[in-house]
Parts: sequence; structure tokens; C-alpha cells
Amino acid sequence: MNMKVNIAGVEWKNPVTTASGTFGSGAEYADFVDLNRLGAVTTKGVASVPWPGNPTPRVAEICGGMMNAIGLQNPGIDLFCERDIPFLRKFDTKIIVNVCGRSETDYCEVVERLADEAVDMLEINISCPNVKEGGIAFGQSAKAAEEITRAVKRYAKQPVIMKLSPNVTDIAEMARAVEAGGADAVSLINTLTGMKIDIHRRTFLLANRTGGVSGPAVHPIAVRMVYDTAQAVKIPIIGMGGIANAEDAIEMMLAGASAVSVGTANFHNPTVTMEIVDGIERYLEKNHIEDVRELTGAVR
Amino acid sequence: MGEKRKENALVISQEVLADGIFSMWIRTKAAVSAKPGQFISMYTDDGGKLLPRPISICEINKEEEKLRVVYRVTGKNTGTEQFSRLRGGDTIPLIGPLGNGFPVEKAKGRRAFLIGGGIGVPPILELAKQIECEKKQIVAGYRDMHTFLKEEFEENGEVYISTEDGSAGVKGNVLDAVREHALEADIIYACGPTPMLRAIKAYAEEKNIVCYVSLEERMACGIGACLGCVCKTSKKDAHSNVHNSRICKDGPVFPAAEVEL
Repeated sequence: MNMKVNIAGVEWKNPVTTASGTFGSGAEYADFVDLNRLGAVTTKGVASVPWPGNPTPRVAEICGGMMNAIGLQNPGIDLFCERDIPFLRKFDTKIIVNVCGRSETDYCEVVERLADEAVDMLEINISCPNVKEGGIAFGQSAKAAEEITRAVKRYAKQPVIMKLSPNVTDIAEMARAVEAGGADAVSLINTLTGMKIDIHRRTFLLANRTGGVSGPAVHPIAVRMVYDTAQAVKIPIIGMGGIANAEDAIEMMLAGASAVSVGTANFHNPTVTMEIVDGIERYLEKNHIEDVRELTGAVR
Repeated sequence: MGEKRKENALVISQEVLADGIFSMWIRTKAAVSAKPGQFISMYTDDGGKLLPRPISICEINKEEEKLRVVYRVTGKNTGTEQFSRLRGGDTIPLIGPLGNGFPVEKAKGRRAFLIGGGIGVPPILELAKQIECEKKQIVAGYRDMHTFLKEEFEENGEVYISTEDGSAGVKGNVLDAVREHALEADIIYACGPTPMLRAIKAYAEEKNIVCYVSLEERMACGIGACLGCVCKTSKKDAHSNVHNSRICKDGPVFPAAEVEL
């Protein structure tokens, strides 16, 4: 049975990675999971300089999910290259570095800095709903998304995954735009912008007022968007959004994803990624499917 | 690597200590390495409630591999309300022990304040049991006459009580009790609501006393990955490379001088 997938020329041992921001750079989860058994580790977003992020409270629970407004706190690319990449290189897994920025120059600076680092892929975050400038600004206009993709591709030595926002009218149009800009893959969905109000204190629950909604509650939306995107572009799709078990992951692949990212579910069960890898294998075996790649887009 | 996992721990017993305050003993491997001031992340079996609830450890019994948690039910249909319905023989999923815990050894030869306020009272019990110091002064602040754990504190040191409504001990807050009894200390350990910790930090600075505070914040992962539960720090944090520390991983206990409250 084959569990290997090829995402834009990079071979993963299985189709399971971690959603950016939920897994740090893997160090905290290494106590719970064998990082060698992940197809790839996708890191927390990193910028050209350290970012302090938003005030607290930064997280809130909702029924079937959560909201976050971390605000892309990160240690900056220098410390990241010095500490996080060498840590991850000790494991037999692919490294996907999530890149964030406030301007085209910011993104390109990080991408250029990573060009000669031992990382396998880059994921460009143009979809964070929790920072005022940058991020989402590039992710809600097809023209801006195409331009930032083209700019980043000029500096990138690794394949570029553009991470798309669900907070748009037509995600297929956004996917086509980044494909036209030269993206090697897309990942979706980032979180959906939401709001939660504390009725007892009569104020916003998150200090940022709004936050990104994630978890099982958003899974059907993510499946639909992955499906729409799969009909629109030829580049591979990394599907994410509320995947909490192997069944959810398989569903996402059937809708058109070549690989899947697991995010919020890590908070509910720190070993969930291992269970998802095992569960996909069992599903293939039980259904006499020889190759995991047969799942991708099998439902049309 | 990969040897830790979510454990389905056995509930040994549960009792009500006061209105909305529950005490639960749990059989768990987490007890073996647990330290006072650490916490465990407890999960509900409600599929709609995904995030763990960080609950401070109240007592540790390493030999029998059991932990005691004392917690407040925060409202209807909350995770803590679900925990309160568990009985001996039920199971509870958890991970832990998490966080750093109180630096117990710093109290040696010193006069210590062990201060707990509200639902910050419980972790002070195991601290009181383990700490060795010249003078062990436990100051516990409550809302009202429901002074849970008071008798158990009395077996472990001098106990001073404050209540917001004056129904027991000194009327006011924990520092009112300290002043009323003219207590003095060389080191402070404290856990409780932020306004209380802010006042204690100011008191410690004024008196030039070493002070450790245990902080609370809304958490998601509980293990240092998601950066949800940070606090502001006076110096640049080595891990984050900004003036933020992770309460779940780098804390919950910090030297008061190093955090902004």
C-alpha cells in the first residue's frame, strides 16, 4: 500500500501535516508524537523581525471549535533559522515554513532568507484575519494575491504554497489568481473571521474583538471550498479546516486535497496526527485501495 | 520522544467543599512527577467542548499515584460543571503535569507568605505541605464564610483568613489580613486573581521581598505551542524573542518582578 504523496515535487511519506500556528515548530509536540511519522511539519508563521502579537485574551472556545487572535506572534526569522530549523532537521519529515509579513518587502525578505536554508517548502500566509496590515490584505483581492505570489516566487528556491482565506466571495477565483502568479500549491482554509461577546461582562471575549474560527464546526465549509478549488486549478491542494480524525481527512482528500493539515484537533488530543495517519492506512486497507493518491478528488 | 499521551485517568472520589467548589481525587501517572504550582489539562467528553481546562493541582500523592484538584464550577453547561458530575469509578481524560511549579527550595531559612485568593487557594495547599521555611504563614482570601481547605491549611502552618464580606477572618483582601496581623515575610508565593497579584507585586516591591506569582489566562493547547496564553514580561523572553512568556509552559509561576500585571 502506498501512503506517499508528491506535493509540487516534494515527496511526503504520508499526506498528513500540521496546520500553521497550532504546532509551534514541533518541539512542544515532540513529547506526544513521533515527528518522524508526519508527512510534513508546517511551522508557526515567521516574519522578518520578531512580532509581539495581540493582547490577551487571545483564544476562546465555541461549540465545536475555537477562536483565536494570536496576531502572528513570532520570534523573527533569525532565531527561527538558528533554533527551529536545526531542531526539525533532526527528524525524517518535510519542513514547511509558514511565512507572514505586512508588506511585499517583508514576505520577500523572509523567503530570500530561507532560500539557502534546509527547508522543503514555503507556505505564504496571505490570509491571517488577526493582523491589521498585510496578511489578509493580500488574501482578499485576486489581483493582490497574484502579485504577491509572483513577487515571492522571484526569491523562492523552494516550492511555494499560497495559503488562502475563506473570507472571500469566491475562493476558486483566489486559487486561480495565485496559480496564475506561479504558485506551486495552495493550502486552504485559514480561519473564518468571527466574534464572540461575553454577555456577563458585556464586552468582546477576545481582546482583538474578532478572531479566526476553527475546529470541527468549520469542516463542511472547508470541504466545500477545497472541492470548489479542485475544480478550478491544476496545482495540488493541501486541505485543512476542522479535521479531527481520519474520516475527516479522507473526506477532504475525496473533495480534492492531495494532503491534509491538522490544526485545532491537536489541542483536543495531542496525539491526533498519529491516529489520523494510522486511520487513513486502515481505511485504504479495508477498502482495498492500493494508493492513497487515488483518494484525491475521487468524488466529483 | 512521543511517550506522553492523553491519559484516561480514573476518578477516585469527588465531594463538594462549598457552594460551587468541588474536590476530586484522580488516579493518574501525572502524580509521579507533579510539583506544587503545576496544573493538569482536563478534557470533557462533550464533543462540542474541544479545549482542555487547565486546573491547578491541590494535592499530590506520589506513592499512590493520585492527584487532588479543587476547582470552581464556572457556570451552567460549562466544562467544569461536567467535571462536577463525575463520581468514583468514572474516567477523565487529561494530560500533565504541565507548567513549571513553585520554586519551593527558595524558602529555606526564610519567613514565607503563602497567599491564595479565590480559586487560587487550592495550589497553596500542596505548596504548604512541601515547603520548608523558618516561618510558614498561609494567607487565604475568600468571598465569604465558605473558607474551603482552611482546616487542612491549619495542619500545615499558621493560617490567616480574609473574606470580602467580613463573614470570616479579616474583612477585605489578603493584604488587609497581612496588615491587620502585622505579618512579615522575606519571600512570597501567591496564586489568585490578577488584581490581587498586582497588589501583592506592589507590596513585595515596596518591602523589597522576593515574590513568585502564579498566573492564569485562557489557554488552548496547554503545552506551549499555540501562544494563546502569554503574559507581558519586563525582559525579552528567550523563547519568544519578544516581551511575552507562555503562561502554560514558561509559567504559570513567574518571579513577580519579571512580569507586567
